[in-house]
Amino acid sequence: MAHIALPNEELPGIVGLFGFKSETAKPLCALAEVLLRGPSSLTSGERELIASYVSNLNNCHFCHTSHGAAAMAHLSCDVNLLDDIKQDFIQIPVSPKLRTLLNIAAKVQKGGKHVSEEDVAAARAEGATDQEIHDTVLIAAAFCMFNRYVDGLGTWAPKENEAYREMGERMAFVGYNRY
Amino acid sequence: MPHIPLPSHLPGITGLLEYRQDTAAPIRELTQLLLRGDSTLSQGERELIATVVSFNNECIFCTTAHTAAADLLLGESETCEMVKQDIDTAPVSSKMKTLLKIAKLVQKSGKEVTPEAVAAAKAEGATDEEIHDTVLIAALFCLYNRYVDGLASVTPTNPEFYEYLGERIVNHGYNRLPQGYEHLKK
Repeated sequence: MAHIALPNEELPGIVGLFGFKSETAKPLCALAEVLLRGPSSLTSGERELIASYVSNLNNCHFCHTSHGAAAMAHLSCDVNLLDDIKQDFIQIPVSPKLRTLLNIAAKVQKGGKHVSEEDVAAARAEGATDQEIHDTVLIAAAFCMFNRYVDGLGTWAPKENEAYREMGERMAFVGYNRY
Repeated sequence: MPHIPLPSHLPGITGLLEYRQDTAAPIRELTQLLLRGDSTLSQGERELIATVVSFNNECIFCTTAHTAAADLLLGESETCEMVKQDIDTAPVSSKMKTLLKIAKLVQKSGKEVTPEAVAAAKAEGATDEEIHDTVLIAALFCLYNRYVDGLASVTPTNPEFYEYLGERIVNHGYNRLPQGYEHLKK
């Protein structure tokens, strides 16, 4: 059970929290929408991979699996392939540029100061633009917020990947603006 | 030097929020709601939550800016300083102590927030909404602190900068200034 009384305890993760306070749900959804589906030279699949990757580093099962499922939907992969995110992308094809951005995202997860000039230079050497570096840092930082919101209020999450299949497809193709 | 080119007249968070205004808009809206919207927590108390999280994330820019805002709202600077050093001895309510402790747990990780920490807040009269807002404010500053330091935005060292910024936060809140920020160009 969550740490606070939610209007519908059956709704998992952040979805249950949205029902508690729709005022704050609106900008939270708008932020996810613009970061993950808004204009960017990174594909939505790449951005969802960053979101899912950071969420796993934060040990947030709901965000890791739901955004992993969204990434799989974008990449036309089966939902079970998302487990590969936890093992640093052995099977999911990841470009050298995305790998350097994932490295930056992992540094952000530890703390902003961990991002070094070398990390940024490595991304630039693979062709990453200023805005791609900006967006990577902000997506990673935003998921350090979303993950803490979801787990800090003790929400529940379905365990199996299969339970996230439809949710991931909806996140990928319908989007995040529900308010 | 910042990792990406940012407007030199807008150090800290402001240059980042101006760099990409479409992502800034929902971040600003959320902050305005949480720190300035209707709440049973005072604006000063909410700035203390923002400060204690930024302090523990070692984000000097956010810590100094929100300390300045908290000091102005509380009318003194002792409380905020003591909250950063030792919540138990700080001159805040028993309820506020339990909420600040929850914020510090959120700073480490969402998973650190225990049923006991929440029960302690409820025993001091904290409502579900106060607990919700405390967790979300703390989480939001984990975003801000990483955004500011992750892109190595400039952290001014002159105290006058933060006096001005604290006043701007207290008087104008967190929405983008209607006239923009061109007037800050020297």
